[in-house]
Amino acid sequence: MQIPVEGFMYPNEVELQWSVLIVLYPFLTGLVAGAFILASLERVFMVKAVKPTYRLALLTALAFLIVAPLPLQLHLGHPERSFEMYLTPHRSSAMAMFGFVYLWYLLAVLVVEIWLDYRRDIVVMSQCTTGWKRLVYRVLTLGSTNISERSLHIDERVGWLVTVIGIPSAFLLHGYVGFIFGSVKANPWWSSPLMPVVFLFSAMVSGIAIVMLLYMLMCRLRREPIDMDCVDTVAKYLFYTFIIDFSLEMLDLIHRIYEADESFRSLDFMVHTRLFLSQVVIQILLGTVLPILLIGLTQVVKLAAKQRKRIYVVAGCLTMIGIFAMRWNVVIGGQLFSKSFLGYTTYKMAFATREGLLTAIVLTVLPFVILGVLVKLLPPWPEKKSAISSVAVAAYGAD
Amino acid sequence: MKAFKDAGHLFRLASVFLVGGVLFLAFRGVLVPRSFGQYGHYRGNAIKETAALPISYAGHQVCESCHADLLEVKSKGVHKRVACEACHGPLATHADDPASVQPAKLDTAVLCVRCHEANLAKPKNFPQVVSAEHSGGAPCETCHQPHSPAIVAVAGGSQ
Ligand code: HEC
Ligand code: HEC
Ligand code: HEC
Ligand code: HEC
Repeated sequence: MQIPVEGFMYPNEVELQWSVLIVLYPFLTGLVAGAFILASLERVFMVKAVKPTYRLALLTALAFLIVAPLPLQLHLGHPERSFEMYLTPHRSSAMAMFGFVYLWYLLAVLVVEIWLDYRRDIVVMSQCTTGWKRLVYRVLTLGSTNISERSLHIDERVGWLVTVIGIPSAFLLHGYVGFIFGSVKANPWWSSPLMPVVFLFSAMVSGIAIVMLLYMLMCRLRREPIDMDCVDTVAKYLFYTFIIDFSLEMLDLIHRIYEADESFRSLDFMVHTRLFLSQVVIQILLGTVLPILLIGLTQVVKLAAKQRKRIYVVAGCLTMIGIFAMRWNVVIGGQLFSKSFLGYTTYKMAFATREGLLTAIVLTVLPFVILGVLVKLLPPWPEKKSAISSVAVAAYGAD
Repeated sequence: MKAFKDAGHLFRLASVFLVGGVLFLAFRGVLVPRSFGQYGHYRGNAIKETAALPISYAGHQVCESCHADLLEVKSKGVHKRVACEACHGPLATHADDPASVQPAKLDTAVLCVRCHEANLAKPKNFPQVVSAEHSGGAPCETCHQPHSPAIVAVAGGSQ
């Protein structure tokens, strides 16, 4: 398969090494960090209105975090060797140290916070379920059925501490991804100290948007009324973070245009040709400006709940597309031009290959499947069968 | 001791992490090769192991000691700085025992374009041809002498 090349490319630049899976990776980790930061709003910053999304946000973060390393694994020629990163870490490599950031965030922050928050439910369910489910819950209790008021209070305090530690960790997790791109000094499209910050805020935007969408979807599926107060507050935060994110991206853009270094003409040409659709139309106009205007509308004009809901759904979906396009333009865009600034290549996405479109689709759907299982196992909303649980609490929580 | 009792589950969680950490260290102890880090961020023994591999290239001086006639030709031509095994491939076994190991015949239609096919990334002054136009797939040998390929040299004797 001949790859169409325009102008002059060095031989090793013709074929793109970082495929759609590497686009997916920052997209997924961004959702993790964003969802977690939304959850911490309730916990640390005491925004009570977003409470109904708290647990859902945590589970979403976990589901996406579990899938996040898979695109990287599939990209590697020898995935089994990636484990060596933990055995013999090279301290001078940002990519190598990222393994520890990931592990820290997964095990020390997310899993612990979820466990502490769900401990009461886990204990209750280990009593009132049967069969394999009971076994799962029994294991999850770690053999302690103490859900006395004092112990739950301790959980609450420790959970708070974990969240406080978790916020910088979430920043670290996604800032790190931006840092890795931002420190590739050979690539002018990436090399910018703003990169980690831009990645972070776009992560928060996408994380908040997906939790908002998932919350509305879950309410729909459960035939429960949507807590408009909650969704309004989430949308408001989405609006604010989006504005910061947009300003940062524009700052980056204006800085590049004004600085106009030796790479500028080449990058400018690319934005006007190969990346016009994905960058200008999809990322900036449809994926950023339009959702900001839509949510902005709900902030200025008084609209009926039904209309607001519709706007949130449309704006949320556009946001997700826009953030994905941003990752695409960073990762793919950064490989389309020659280091000589004299030529451009093309990205040919395969379909049913290890790094093809099909794999990307599967990896996008997978977190939702995991989330489905997690939601079944650890329902993020107050249980309906409160009678059973109150019996259980009476029996086991009374000491 | 009541506070202690109500935090019991936290100690259990902590011990799960502790067990995980100990298991990790144990695995690490088993999996990381002994000689790792001896000289740098790699397996020290790798050097000895690589050194013990059988040699496959003899080096052009060895070839030249027997094929002096060819050296005579080659050293006057434009390929004087191209080593024998860059074209003939690794031939240490042949150099050790020329009678029983015969080098494979080379197909110049494939061999020469490896270095001479025109490519924008090559330095402008390196001799290169678009083989499809230049020879149309014919073996380069039909016109060029592999060990002294310059045609001017043959025709004019100036080189
Ligand atoms: C110990 C002496 C010796 C050394 C060293 C040696 N050769 Fe030879 N080589 C021979 C002999 C003898 C023949 C067989 C000549 C014949 O059968 O006509 C031969 C044959 C060849 C042939 C095949 C000629 C044909 O007609 O097919 C090639 C090619 C060749 N040698 C290349 C090399 C290269 C390259 C090296 C260096 C790695 C090398 N030789 C090192 C002695 C040697
Ligand atoms: C530019 C590539 C190239 C280099 C460098 C080269 N050869 Fe050859 N050699 C060939 C080709 C092509 C043939 C002809 C096809 C064949 O016999 O395999 C050949 C043939 C031979 C033959 C067969 C007899 C003959 O005269 O045709 C010998 C022996 C030989 N080479 C030895 C050497 C030795 C020794 C060196 C290093 C001093 C050397 N070659 C360097 C390409 C090369
Ligand atoms: C390992 C790489 C390599 C291979 C294989 C190779 N060459 Fe060369 N060739 C060179 C180099 C290096 C030069 C010298 C370039 C220079 O002088 O800057 C050269 C020079 C030449 C020239 C001289 C061009 C001029 O300036 O007039 C010709 C002709 C040539 N090669 C033909 C061949 C043929 C025919 C073959 C196949 C038998 C061949 N080459 C295989 C590396 C190679
Ligand atoms: C039909 C005869 C013929 C064949 C076959 C042939 N060449 Fe040539 N080649 C020539 C002649 C004649 C010249 C010198 C005149 C010229 O520079 O065009 C030459 C010149 C060259 C030069 C020097 C060009 C330069 O810019 O200095 C290279 C390199 C070369 N040939 C490589 C090859 C290679 C590689 C092959 C095999 C794919 C090949 N030739 C096959 C006839 C041939």
